[in-house]
Amino acid sequence: MRYKNNIAILALLMILPAFSQAESPSGQALAFTCAGCHGTDGSSVGPSSPSIAGMDPDVFIDVMKGYREDKRNSTIMNRIAKAYTDEQLKGMAWFFAKQELQVSPQKHDPQLAVVGEKLHQKYCEKCHEDGGAPGDSGTLAGQWMPYLKYSMADYIDGLRPYPRKMKRKVDAVIEAEGADAVPALIHFYGSQQ
Amino acid sequence: MSKFNRRDFIRWSAGITLAGGSLGIPGLLLAATRKVVVVGGGVGGCTVAKYLRKLDPNVEVTLIETKKAYTSCFMSNEVLSGDRTLASLTFDYEGLKRHGVNIVIDRVTAIDPAKKSVATEGGQTFAYDACVVSPGVDFKWDAIEGYNAEVAETIPHAWFAGPQTQTLRNQIESMPDGGKVIIVAPPNPYKCPPGPYERAAQIAMYCKHHKPKAKILILDPKDRFSKQGLFRQGWSKLYGFGTDNSMIEWVGAAGGGTVEAIDPSTRTLQAEIEEFQADVINIIPPQKAGKVAFASDLAEGDWCPVDKLTFESTRHPDVYVLGDASSAAKMPKSAYAANSQAKVAAAAIVARFNGQSPGEPTYVNTCYSILGEAHGISVAAVYNLDRGSNTILPIKGAGGLSPMDASEEQRRREVSFAHSWFKNVIDDMMG
Repeated sequence: MRYKNNIAILALLMILPAFSQAESPSGQALAFTCAGCHGTDGSSVGPSSPSIAGMDPDVFIDVMKGYREDKRNSTIMNRIAKAYTDEQLKGMAWFFAKQELQVSPQKHDPQLAVVGEKLHQKYCEKCHEDGGAPGDSGTLAGQWMPYLKYSMADYIDGLRPYPRKMKRKVDAVIEAEGADAVPALIHFYGSQQ
Repeated sequence: MSKFNRRDFIRWSAGITLAGGSLGIPGLLLAATRKVVVVGGGVGGCTVAKYLRKLDPNVEVTLIETKKAYTSCFMSNEVLSGDRTLASLTFDYEGLKRHGVNIVIDRVTAIDPAKKSVATEGGQTFAYDACVVSPGVDFKWDAIEGYNAEVAETIPHAWFAGPQTQTLRNQIESMPDGGKVIIVAPPNPYKCPPGPYERAAQIAMYCKHHKPKAKILILDPKDRFSKQGLFRQGWSKLYGFGTDNSMIEWVGAAGGGTVEAIDPSTRTLQAEIEEFQADVINIIPPQKAGKVAFASDLAEGDWCPVDKLTFESTRHPDVYVLGDASSAAKMPKSAYAANSQAKVAAAAIVARFNGQSPGEPTYVNTCYSILGEAHGISVAAVYNLDRGSNTILPIKGAGGLSPMDASEEQRRREVSFAHSWFKNVIDDMMG
């Protein structure tokens, strides 16, 4: 009798996971749902939601956790990010990391961009290497300018925590170059196509 | 991934077949090319066509649509404020052709699930291995006495973006200052739940500058509507809602907002309690699935039941129904929902063709409304499938509305993200 019960319990245990543990959607399936705002495979056609194609996977995960935990100002992403588990964020992160960023041209002031390039080299290039190309400090080159503008405003207004060392650099560039420093940088990033 | 891929498998199995000589050439061809016929070139139809080709370039996709170009309903309220032209909402199908989708301009009369073929008014027939139907909505013309397709040419519904959107815009422009606009909202469920209320705001946005004495009245057969708190707040801030001098007024079911009849000659509406007369009337009739869904026996009641794991019809195998026409509770009838559902269906169809079971689905809806030049609001949800009840359930603790206490800057940003959403969703479906 006891033996039979054990068999029954064993059988139940083997069946149970199939019912209780819902399988997670694949990273691709999850990533496909982002395209309505961030573009097919994460290359946004603008004018303000950022491209996430080619994004460093660790940066992606950090950003999403920041939204999920309301540590980073947003209009809508904090509401959406709360739906995903760590595992699912990892799946999405790797999907986008493998996509090639398609940059769309955007209107910018070429003279301001030249100023911005010099400022970038002096204050930003050390972390945002190759002119801010996709890397472990995010994607600035070719990123949508309104998005960069919102991001910088949020850093300066204290609505988004600065990464290590960034506050010092932002304060320094504004002190040295004045109110045009941040717009110049944004026009430089926007000029890269 | 094994180096032995699907194409190798087909070659290998073809070799076996040829060696055995049992199936011969037709069997071989059938194995090599799977045909999908897509009925309807809106958000659901375009997205499924593009993503089928993206997920499996061996699938032959034919999309059949009546119009040569697509005009999006979403953002068409901006034509009413004068912020946008109809042309800016109109897109051709060249992008889908570049993805290898065959575009056929014709009207589908019916789908024959037994023969697995689609017939058109132009006399063409298309055989399919899977048929995806995304026809959008149709109107229940008998719901309001005196209102019909002919009357709608002068008293527009403007619920399909196109000539009627322009008619409504022209009528608002030519009414006198102090003129009155009535919007008759539909009962649930209908496509674009916040649409009538955004429309009121967009008309007010124009009137505020050009006809400051104008009034916009919404007659509603419902007592509650989508994003209600946010709409009331935005209307108050921008258009004096709730004051004696409000530009926008809303009468719900309890206040007698249900419209029963119209006299088009005097532009008078008979509502449950009293009559209303206006310079411009916009009637958005009650809705049901598009015609082809009924002609093809896909509907039960007003909408088409589907297995939400795949969007395959529960009435006919190998036929899938997407978007507004499907019964996809608890997703709303929105563009983002149709776009999201199309990707679930495309993946399920490709899995089926490759002899695999469908993956776990995931769905998202995001919907923006623009109430003023710098005032946007949104609702978002991420959903899972509850297989037991075949219900798409929003994930608890996530999604929801823009906060009521958002700053002006946040409301401004939502306008620019709304415009970003528009460009990206159009590009994702047909670019």
